[in-house]
Amino acid sequence: MRTYHELTNPDRSGLLDQILTQRRRVADRLAGVRRTIAVMSGKGGVGKSYVTAHLARALARAGQQVGILDADLNGPTIPRLLETPRAAHRTSDDGVEPAIGLDGVKCISMALLLEDGAPLAFKGPSAESFVWRGAMEASALREFLGDVNWGSLDTLLLDLPPGMQRYIELCDILGKPPAVLTVTIPTPESRDAVRRAMRAAVEHGSDIVGIVENMVGREFTGTAADDLAKEFDRPVVARIPWHPTPDTWSALAAGL
Amino acid sequence: MKFLCVDCDQQMAFGERQLPGDGTLAATFKCPTCGRVVALLTNPMETQLVSSLGVVIGGKTVPAQPLETVRTMVTTGRNDAFDEGSELRGHAAGHNGSLTWSVEAQERLGRVPNFVRGMVKKIYADYAKERGITEITPAIMDTARAELGLEGM
Repeated sequence: MRTYHELTNPDRSGLLDQILTQRRRVADRLAGVRRTIAVMSGKGGVGKSYVTAHLARALARAGQQVGILDADLNGPTIPRLLETPRAAHRTSDDGVEPAIGLDGVKCISMALLLEDGAPLAFKGPSAESFVWRGAMEASALREFLGDVNWGSLDTLLLDLPPGMQRYIELCDILGKPPAVLTVTIPTPESRDAVRRAMRAAVEHGSDIVGIVENMVGREFTGTAADDLAKEFDRPVVARIPWHPTPDTWSALAAGL
Repeated sequence: MKFLCVDCDQQMAFGERQLPGDGTLAATFKCPTCGRVVALLTNPMETQLVSSLGVVIGGKTVPAQPLETVRTMVTTGRNDAFDEGSELRGHAAGHNGSLTWSVEAQERLGRVPNFVRGMVKKIYADYAKERGITEITPAIMDTARAELGLEGM
């Protein structure tokens, strides 16, 4: 019996071609984006979204065209941080227009698409949903990248949820590892979790553009950022106090 | 994914796709030599796995719509999340240029969640336009749904 590759007529389904078309769509869409930076951490609750939103605003105030893709599909917070109005997204054959937040930062987020307070829920068989849910979320991420009319951007920030799964999906969708900005708090617990994430990012080939130490002072003590900077030979680009000023964020923006 | 008629040693050709509405999928393949037809049947889990990748068994014949997977698969979307523009508002009124929608088709569209309704209208309209169809009816919608692999629309 002949095998797959011995059958020379094209496969009508062309599943591989469909996947490659999806990737081209993302590449074409991001052709006008000068740099893409994933803001990530192996630890939850360290303020990734907070840092992402304020960094974006500082970059925008400095004259850049900036967008944020809120890749935390299950716990999206960027629109609230950007005070993004909940207007309907205008759609056309050219894509979906992003929302515009404070300082003109463009934004797409599941928070803008879901009913108030509703979780992200998909159609499909409820049993064993873990089998397909991850793929569905990756498709949503791909569509946020490829179907939103980002236009020309100097910087597109990707606000990732805790953990590494979304980062790995991004590497696949983008076809290359994105630059990474890591966020930690000073504690040794955070350092250990962030270290794992940074190591994975380095192994995937990402350029770590820097480390942000958030929530510096008061209750949180430790040397997480310095430890990670020494271990990975990357700079600490900002230490964010509990009550940062616009100058704090401008300094971070200037350091990237 | 290819199918081989072992008796004829011939690659079978894709025939049609059916979506019974219970989450399952059926796709037929026919041997060009002996005419034998076989059906690929997937259970809801398998169908969902394919859908979650944003691909269609049998291939896509119309371009993907913006945020198509999100809009067709998310069940908790806001009704006013999207503004489809004036062209689709024409569709919603039942006509757009030479294309009309039967009352039954409009009623059926009315049952589609608003989160995805505009996109579904556009897909059906594009399908009709490509084939020179001037009136969209529920039968046309059924045919388009199966041909295009529009599970859940």
